[in-house]
Amino acid sequence: MKKELIELRVNGRSHELAVAPNSILLDVLRQDLDLTGSKRGCDDSSCGACTVQIDGVPMLSCTMLAASYQGQEITTVEGISDRGGLAALQKAYGDFGGSQCGFCTPGFMMTVRWRLVNNADPSEAEIREALSSNLCRCTGYSQMYQAIRAVIEAERKGSQPELVGAKQ
Amino acid sequence: MGEFSVIGKSIAMMDAAGKTTGAGKYTDDFSLPGMLVGKILHSPYPHALIKRIDTSRARVREGVVAVVTGEDAPNQYGILPVGHDETALAVGKVRYVGDNVACVAAVSEEIAEQALELIEVEYEPLPAYFDPELSMKAERDLIHENRPNNIEKDYHHVFGDPEQGFAEADYVAEARYIANEVTHAAMEPHCTLASFEINPHTGQQGRLTVWSSTQVPYYLQHKLSLVLELPMSQIRVIKPLVGGGFGGKSEIIPLEIIAAVAARAAKAPVKITYTREEVFWAHRGRPRTIIDLKTGLKKDGRVTSVACKVIQDGGAYCSYGVVTILYSGALLGALYDIPNIRYDGFRVLTNKPACGAMRGHGTVNVRFAFESQMDEIAATLGLDPAEIRRVNLLKPPTVTVNGLRVLSYGLPECIDQVITRSGWNERRGQLPKGRGLGVACSHYVSGAANSIIRSDMPHSTVNIKIDRDGGVVVYTGASEIGQGSDTMTAQVVAEVLGCSLLRVKIIAADTDLTPIDLGSYSSRVTFMAGNAALRAAEDVKKNIVSAAAGRMNCAPEDVVMRDDRVFKRNAAASGIDSVSSGSEAARGHVDGQILRGSVLQTRKEEGAKEHLSFEEAVVSAIDVHGGLTGTGSYAPPVEARGGKHKGGGVGPSPAYSYSAQVAEVSVDEESGEVTVHKIWAAHDCGRALNPVAVEGQVIGSVWMGLGQALQEEMVWKDGLLMNPGMLEYRSPSSVESPEIECVIVESIDPEGPFGAKEAGEGSLAATIPAISNAIYDAVGVRLREAPFTPERVLAAMRAKRGMKKIDMTEGVDPTQPAKLREHGGSLWFRGKGPERHPLDPARQGTSAGGAE
Repeated sequence: MKKELIELRVNGRSHELAVAPNSILLDVLRQDLDLTGSKRGCDDSSCGACTVQIDGVPMLSCTMLAASYQGQEITTVEGISDRGGLAALQKAYGDFGGSQCGFCTPGFMMTVRWRLVNNADPSEAEIREALSSNLCRCTGYSQMYQAIRAVIEAERKGSQPELVGAKQ
Repeated sequence: MGEFSVIGKSIAMMDAAGKTTGAGKYTDDFSLPGMLVGKILHSPYPHALIKRIDTSRARVREGVVAVVTGEDAPNQYGILPVGHDETALAVGKVRYVGDNVACVAAVSEEIAEQALELIEVEYEPLPAYFDPELSMKAERDLIHENRPNNIEKDYHHVFGDPEQGFAEADYVAEARYIANEVTHAAMEPHCTLASFEINPHTGQQGRLTVWSSTQVPYYLQHKLSLVLELPMSQIRVIKPLVGGGFGGKSEIIPLEIIAAVAARAAKAPVKITYTREEVFWAHRGRPRTIIDLKTGLKKDGRVTSVACKVIQDGGAYCSYGVVTILYSGALLGALYDIPNIRYDGFRVLTNKPACGAMRGHGTVNVRFAFESQMDEIAATLGLDPAEIRRVNLLKPPTVTVNGLRVLSYGLPECIDQVITRSGWNERRGQLPKGRGLGVACSHYVSGAANSIIRSDMPHSTVNIKIDRDGGVVVYTGASEIGQGSDTMTAQVVAEVLGCSLLRVKIIAADTDLTPIDLGSYSSRVTFMAGNAALRAAEDVKKNIVSAAAGRMNCAPEDVVMRDDRVFKRNAAASGIDSVSSGSEAARGHVDGQILRGSVLQTRKEEGAKEHLSFEEAVVSAIDVHGGLTGTGSYAPPVEARGGKHKGGGVGPSPAYSYSAQVAEVSVDEESGEVTVHKIWAAHDCGRALNPVAVEGQVIGSVWMGLGQALQEEMVWKDGLLMNPGMLEYRSPSSVESPEIECVIVESIDPEGPFGAKEAGEGSLAATIPAISNAIYDAVGVRLREAPFTPERVLAAMRAKRGMKKIDMTEGVDPTQPAKLREHGGSLWFRGKGPERHPLDPARQGTSAGGAE
């Protein structure tokens, strides 16, 4: 298929790209822009590893046409750090073991970040429901849940997330 | 000051930031200039001869650079020396739907896929075997000609006197259990990138570099050498970040060889990444297992004898099969004290993707049967299920009747912990209707005491290099796959050298740079690579200590290295503190760091020192010894290597982990749906080097066992996988995942690094029986087939009430799964599947061609 010129805004920067009209956003991010943080874990938008945010809303980039998202703000995992350092959520995922093999982690980052931005104090059920759009095979989700809880607590107290209990 | 300064504290993984920022690189994240995309043509038949392959039309397609078939790399290989029955691409015959037939390397994925359709293959279908019990009776059209009756391997072990044991028993229980097939479904699909260099002297293709998502870089290097007929020294295998393994990447997956074969033919780098469906075909998961188990006991619950017959539906190739069937028998021992054991194991070939090693390799399904039967017997004899386990405990140190040596044994404390924390004694029997508690135990090896390739070489070797900058570089072949092996290695080295973790850099799993390590499987890394790292660090420490003793005018035995400082034993703490705060040394500036200084001269000028910074000690040691390197390796002790009987090499381990679990479930008596409310899991890991990582491994194991217990299942129909997708396979999501309370029990193993044993697999096996036992406690039905789907639970409850049988489970009536499953390729049932041979046993009773 003949390529066409499109302009995508990714992580605050504009990119002019020549892509085929049927190009998938995930492939454009990974192959044309070298933003390999977003992962392909399945064939059918069932795993969530490719999750990016479009205007702040998590969506599955493996089943989206790149050309359809011109003029919208695309955020990938590479765009969520805090002034070059780890954002509180990223730090907590590391500290609490929310990330083991890490292949699903970028997708979770995008989903959880949306949840926390839109609801600073979600209930347990709300967090679990939000996480259910992404699959993980390592953690059983427990330590992710602890990491998210710690971030919420720290945000409330205005401090850094801290390890508690036996894990100190 | 505690006993340790680095280990025993929870820390984030060394590579955590790369994972949470997306900067970490997995194999599929790499590309090379001129790289081609490889796509594989798979067999549509479960068993067929290849009469003809014509690739000519595909070859001339614009953008196609190479097309390879079985003839391009016909050498046989397999992970086990006794099981070399695979070729990279099929030679003359395909053996399962999804078997690899040809590979196209093209400039884009799209062109490669189009080219696959231009390859013409003429097949002659053969009768296919899907049921292992039928397959065992096959006399013709064998899956492998050198395996009579399609039996890959059978073992018949007798330890003690089982018949006498049953004669002495007051009570004997006997039942058949079935555990259906599950797979790893690691989040990262397999991926391999292969690239040849041009040899400057010959001008021809020379060294090969392979980046691959593997748990076993060294074995991959070995098998590539075998198939490509290239010396191992000319092959470099690099393992980037791996997105989960669970055993699925612990052997050579066809694409790893095919990528190299295609790169050789295309004379360009080739990358192959499996689709999720291809990952399911690659499989190597836990086989469907039929277990006939008989246990004899005394009135007080003491086990007198066990007889166990296991049939494993192994799929089309040997894979790890011989080891799997041996583990199933061997690990009947080492958990409880069982005086007499009879074991008959059959590993059977069928026309399905090969099964291999999966978390809890070989033990999980048999443990489900055993722990369920213990529970049944306890109910019959009126014993408490926890108590019947306590009366059968081992008394270590001991060697079991089947030759397994047990030194550290935290099982009693594990049982106590979960019984106390779950409120077992107070709550059991007092719960509302439909709610129940169940207990079960399990164990696992900390690495196999005998390696796959018989040799006397060490199982793990670690090298350390320290230079004048005070940086500690550790070279280890151990494969980080998300379990924390790099972090564990860094912790062990930092603890021994008394330096901060910040100094330690891990170079891992690159066959050009790192010494041989057998890989990340059978939970061997912490114990074996950990011990090798410990010895390497002690080796290098020896030289630092001798030089530091010279600088401080004391005996080497009085030199202490801790918290980045080197000081005399019993030195005043105040003096030490001044070293670490504010001095130049603490900031890493040491005279002589770059320019070679003379220790003797320095000492003459400065006089003897009371304490040194880490850098000062390192510079001194380099000046004295001319360099600072250390090596350590580990091989299991001879006493731990097991009995002499045939197959006795599988099962022995230098140490075993132990686990006990209590599950609380409720069962919806209308729908048969089982909800797990909470699981208490106590795991004896010897010593927790990084507690947060140990908890993560234990919780992850329990969670994966929960998946196998309740919903995960590979559903087959005529050799076709009905559910090759993450949602159809039903990997549990966060809303289906209960709270898991992990309790770490530390038995301090005498041979483990700082007492550590395995943590990553042993807990899985207890989860399935804990849940089935809890279901029995809740509603009084005994499920002997896993997973305990609503269909099976409902069918069991209806049977108990004497209600009319409804054929709704896949196990009972697999011919109409469309009624139950939204997904699952029901199209195949409407006659669109591949044509079957009239002799195909699966075709019996249906009209020819499969069409309705």
